Amino acid sequence: MRNVFAEEITRLGAIDQRLVLLSGDIGNRLFDRFKDGCPGRFLNCGIAEANMMGVAAGMALEGLRPVVYTIAPFTTTRCLEQIRVDACYNHAPVIIVGTGAGLSYAELGPTHHSCEDIAILRTLPGMTVFCPCDPVELRLGLKAALDHDGPVYIRLGKKGEPTLHARAPSLRLGEAITLRDGGEVCLIATGTLMAEVLRAADLLAEAGVKARVESFHTVKPLDEARLAELFAGCQVVAAIEEHSRIGGLGGAIAEWLAARPAPPRARLLSCAVDDVFPHQVGSQDWARRLFGLTAETIAGKVRDALAAAR
Amino acid sequence: MIAALKDRAALLRARIIETSHRTGTPHLASCLSCVDILTALYFEVLRLDPARPDLPGRDRFLLSKGHAAPALFQVLAMRGFYPESRLDTYGEDGGVFGEHPPAGGQVPGIEAATGSLGHGLPIGLGMALAARLAGRDNRVFVVLGDGECNEGSVWEAAMMAAAQRMDNLTIIVDYNKWQATGRSDEVLALAPLADKWRAFGWSAVEIDGHDMAAVVDALKRPPEAGRPTAIVAHTIKGRGVSFMEDDNNWHYRIPGKDEVLAARRELGVAP
Repeated sequence: MRNVFAEEITRLGAIDQRLVLLSGDIGNRLFDRFKDGCPGRFLNCGIAEANMMGVAAGMALEGLRPVVYTIAPFTTTRCLEQIRVDACYNHAPVIIVGTGAGLSYAELGPTHHSCEDIAILRTLPGMTVFCPCDPVELRLGLKAALDHDGPVYIRLGKKGEPTLHARAPSLRLGEAITLRDGGEVCLIATGTLMAEVLRAADLLAEAGVKARVESFHTVKPLDEARLAELFAGCQVVAAIEEHSRIGGLGGAIAEWLAARPAPPRARLLSCAVDDVFPHQVGSQDWARRLFGLTAETIAGKVRDALAAAR
Repeated sequence: MIAALKDRAALLRARIIETSHRTGTPHLASCLSCVDILTALYFEVLRLDPARPDLPGRDRFLLSKGHAAPALFQVLAMRGFYPESRLDTYGEDGGVFGEHPPAGGQVPGIEAATGSLGHGLPIGLGMALAARLAGRDNRVFVVLGDGECNEGSVWEAAMMAAAQRMDNLTIIVDYNKWQATGRSDEVLALAPLADKWRAFGWSAVEIDGHDMAAVVDALKRPPEAGRPTAIVAHTIKGRGVSFMEDDNNWHYRIPGKDEVLAARRELGVAP
């Protein structure tokens, strides 16, 4: 996904002279083609994220489209106040890109995990939170973010995520994409955990449960129309994410449910990261297993929830 | 020219004090220390057209010490960005004139919201970089407080501005020697401030921030090629009113009616 980001930003930069790429001293060589193709529009801002975000806001207020790139915790919580005031309050259309979503960098330890970013950023007025599930959604979302009049947070994985969309769908920020049709169960996921979610749907199908799968690439604004349809039509809606259970996709859906006048038909099931810092390191797959974010565990939880609902 | 600027500064001080009294707006002393700097900028230095506040070629100004907004609101009105009568709504519920510069084009002439300290210089640096990319010759001026220089983001921006050789960027530090609850040289070791900016790669000068001729001269001097400029302006908190000068209680205190009258008398501004 990281390489696709570099490719796509290079392509878009050649077309759109407003695009400026700001890096927090990462991505050595990754952006060489951008630097060649867009002279003067790549800035290594050093290991100084608060300044980088303020600089981006200043540029955006001048009509440029700055894209800020570094590792997810450093482009979000490290400079949160600059995002809140300089970008959101000033309505400066900065594109904030965080690489290493969720547990992507599990081997680097909790300093480099990013399991709170969706929760924190989506509370900011005017912010859009976009978590592509695969390279296809990333390419489409990047273009949509450039066309959007407001700040957008793009939550990337790392490298090597598989392509999940066989054909390029039409993508609009705030509109979920149906990946599979189904019946009593719907698996809603955001971000790169989607590959595992599709496998969970396969396992459910083997057990005779046809699960619908939805990519909620945009957590904010939430696709409320799609949610209304799913909660009226299904028995179990599972929100699945590589993010803390607190305030992520599942949390956003729970908030939406709590504001509805009548109880929904479906029950909400949350599959997410527990509220802890893991004190062991390992691969991303290992970390996902630690929090039950594997196809097997997800399918099991969905079957249990469905049995309880019946 | 200098005499006229001094008269304007005195009138601005009187209006700021009166507005503080009428609306209960604090940070009076922080406003009074930067009035001469703002007057010189808006009436002698900045390239701007108040009737067209969005003109691409205008010089950009950011009040990074946003709590001096009561001073900025008065300066912008006097410079003609909006009628002075608009300030009658100051402090009203639902109004736009409060304690900090607001976002979103609500007050003509304000480039960006500030108020949380340490934000204005990075934003100004972004604007200076944008001007360079666009091939525009406009300059960017940012006023910072000395207390504000506690913020790490100020020094992050300082290093990047030097690395990028931003000679279209000028800051003025309103060095009034106080921050909210103590002497700015004691709370964090700020001195020697001009040397700090030099060490960070800037061209730095020190001036008396209340000597109008010196302020204008420093602001009008062409920048050193390839270096951003820091003007360290030695100022006095509460400048212009004897009983407010260098008394940090006036960071938050609101003047009473008699104090407003006494201040006007000292400033030579008829009620």
